[in-house]
Amino acid sequence: MRSGLTTAIVGLGLVLSGLGPVSAQQSQSIPEETSNTTVDHSKLEVLQKQFASGPEVTEACLSCHTEAADQVKQSIHWSWDYTHPDTGQDLGKNNVINSYCVGVAGNEPRCTSCHVGYGWKDMNTPPPEETSAVDCLVCHDKSDTYFKIPAGAGQPFGAEVKEGAVTNTGKPAKPVDLKLVAQSVGLPDRDNCGNCHFYGGGGDNVKHGDLSSVLHHPTEAIDVHMAEDGLNFDCQECHVSDRHIWHGSRYNVTAKDTEGAGLPGQRRDVATCESCHGTEPHDAFSLIGFKLNSHRDKIACQTCHIPEYAKGGVPTKTLWDWSTAGKMGDDGKPMKVAKYESGAGKKKPTYVTMKGDFEWGEDLQPEYFWFDGQVEYANADHEIDPSGIVEVNTISGSQDDEKSRIWPFKVMRGKQPYDTERNRLLYPHLFGPGSETAYWGKWDWDKSFEAGAKASGTEYSGSYDFVSTEMYWPVTHMVAPAEDHVACEECHRQDGRLANIAGIHIPGANPMGPGGKLGALILALTLLGIVGHAIMRFVGRKNMKEH
Amino acid sequence: MSERLVKIYPPFERFWHWTQVILVLVMTFTGFRLYGLHEWIPYQQAVVVHTYAALLLMLLWIFAIFWHFTTGTWKHYVPTTNGLWQVIRFYGFGIFKGDKHPYRKAYWRKHNPLQAMAYLTLKALIFPTIWITGIAYLTYRLWEPAQSSGFWIEIVGNLHVLAAFGILSFVVMHLYLMTTGHSVWEHVRPMFSGYDEIDLTPEEEAYLETDEPSRIKPVV
Repeated sequence: MRSGLTTAIVGLGLVLSGLGPVSAQQSQSIPEETSNTTVDHSKLEVLQKQFASGPEVTEACLSCHTEAADQVKQSIHWSWDYTHPDTGQDLGKNNVINSYCVGVAGNEPRCTSCHVGYGWKDMNTPPPEETSAVDCLVCHDKSDTYFKIPAGAGQPFGAEVKEGAVTNTGKPAKPVDLKLVAQSVGLPDRDNCGNCHFYGGGGDNVKHGDLSSVLHHPTEAIDVHMAEDGLNFDCQECHVSDRHIWHGSRYNVTAKDTEGAGLPGQRRDVATCESCHGTEPHDAFSLIGFKLNSHRDKIACQTCHIPEYAKGGVPTKTLWDWSTAGKMGDDGKPMKVAKYESGAGKKKPTYVTMKGDFEWGEDLQPEYFWFDGQVEYANADHEIDPSGIVEVNTISGSQDDEKSRIWPFKVMRGKQPYDTERNRLLYPHLFGPGSETAYWGKWDWDKSFEAGAKASGTEYSGSYDFVSTEMYWPVTHMVAPAEDHVACEECHRQDGRLANIAGIHIPGANPMGPGGKLGALILALTLLGIVGHAIMRFVGRKNMKEH
Repeated sequence: MSERLVKIYPPFERFWHWTQVILVLVMTFTGFRLYGLHEWIPYQQAVVVHTYAALLLMLLWIFAIFWHFTTGTWKHYVPTTNGLWQVIRFYGFGIFKGDKHPYRKAYWRKHNPLQAMAYLTLKALIFPTIWITGIAYLTYRLWEPAQSSGFWIEIVGNLHVLAAFGILSFVVMHLYLMTTGHSVWEHVRPMFSGYDEIDLTPEEEAYLETDEPSRIKPVV
């Protein structure tokens, strides 16, 4: 008894004495503000000055980071040009037509405001050649104060900002102190990438659906990887880079990664789920895990783990009808109607004179298709068939090849201009204050298409119409926490999520197939026979009693 | 000939029968859930229950097959035409007129010829179909890379469901035939107690009385 008491007292003493060092340790933790690299840029001599322009900062950067500009110039971020290794098609922003603002050519200063350089004003020429034209700051600014002028061909806001000016993220623009920005630099975070990529298509989440301003500060429910209250991944955690070249592509996707996770020091070539989670990501020793691992052969991870996109109150544009553009308000001036209210309570335009009709959607269920990762674009070199719906980009893939899996997509729908004689999609010249041909201002499609054709090096016959189009956007961000996966019965049921995919066997999706029908017939005949037999027995017994 | 109560269903057979009853019911319920005929339980739960019940049932079958062959019980299921016609006529006509069942159970042959044939069909055709297709279904990942596996999985799935309906039809018929005796209980009791009324020749009776006294009781 006595020894028991002693033990308790000693134990309590140990616990109490243990608490001391623990709290002391906590107070000694490293302050979060300290850079985790070996350089504090605010201490560098070359950055102790007032910079007059972006290129001046770049020159300062290059005085140490000698190869950086050359590396950036090798990347698609710079060239906006990509030759597809399989199809040979010329892709990249420089070339492709989309179903939003259609094409860059002719609209450069607006579109190239998101170029990682300064002063690219003409798509017919490559980006400026000087190494100082590379914009280091847009990716490496950690002060969150560096923003480019929305129609400034890549130039940032200066020391003075015009009244009412906004950034491309829609926020009021503030003067940019290049010295402060230059001294703040570090590895990119979500804000750096997001300030362009979250606002593609002309506004928050307009284009992708799975990349929105919500990802600046997401919760786990929005994106389990990027969650601020969780893993808090930056983009390059998955989009690994090597000498300023990033992995992860929408033109040439690794739709099925059979290699899986590399050992330390290996793979830096992919942004696939498998490159971290491996090719057998579920617990192979549980029945369901075993089954799910076999699903992985044909179903992309995203298909089950991204039940919805455009989450968190920011909608994505789902339809853009250019054919109705140009209607003026009662006052004869361009108008804006905003009838859609987002989950976050923000009004979104549903008609704009400049652009036509829009539809929006939030918490959307993706559409599913076989996808081998290859995307081809109906660029101006492709003849289209205007009698049906034109696919602005065509995704390939099928059940039968080893590379394909069923992937989730945002399908963007709309109507956009085409040349009725040449049966080609058209490049409109939209933006250009003071221009004689820009649609936004002159409201004359003919002039716009003529100028667009000239700028893009294509032709325009002089007659146009609008054709219904669809464009496919693979959904791969906004991965939900594991427990929020798409439930089995969402597909394993009649008219489930994968109902449009023909030729695959999904248990439960076809109750009463041939086997079921024949079986039910046998059961029905058995029951019928039994009922008949029972009646006969009943009648027989009655007869016997009567006799 | 004298009628005695003879133990014709040893404990293992009864255990096998009733365990099979439970597993077949569970598998029919969960299987129809997986097939999309009802949504009374979550799909994932149905997958787990259906699969583990299947594994248990296969284990049970392994024991049962072993038992059939080591005890010679398989002989009860050898098809015979001897007396078949009379049994068919009884169920087709005689039963309506109150005729007595023409088949007298022997202790070495406990099923009537029609019954034996039905059980043989179940055991030799329908059960193997369902478990071969079931195993193929479970292990689809292993043969999925094979040529036209997409076509064969359809065949496998359809056969599996067809066999399931076959078993269900058997169960329904089996239950109905319970009602054709004096009472349902009279038909069910042997599967609990193990004892059934059997006609014995004097020689058989003497043998059982002498060598296996625990298997024989007077008719109550």
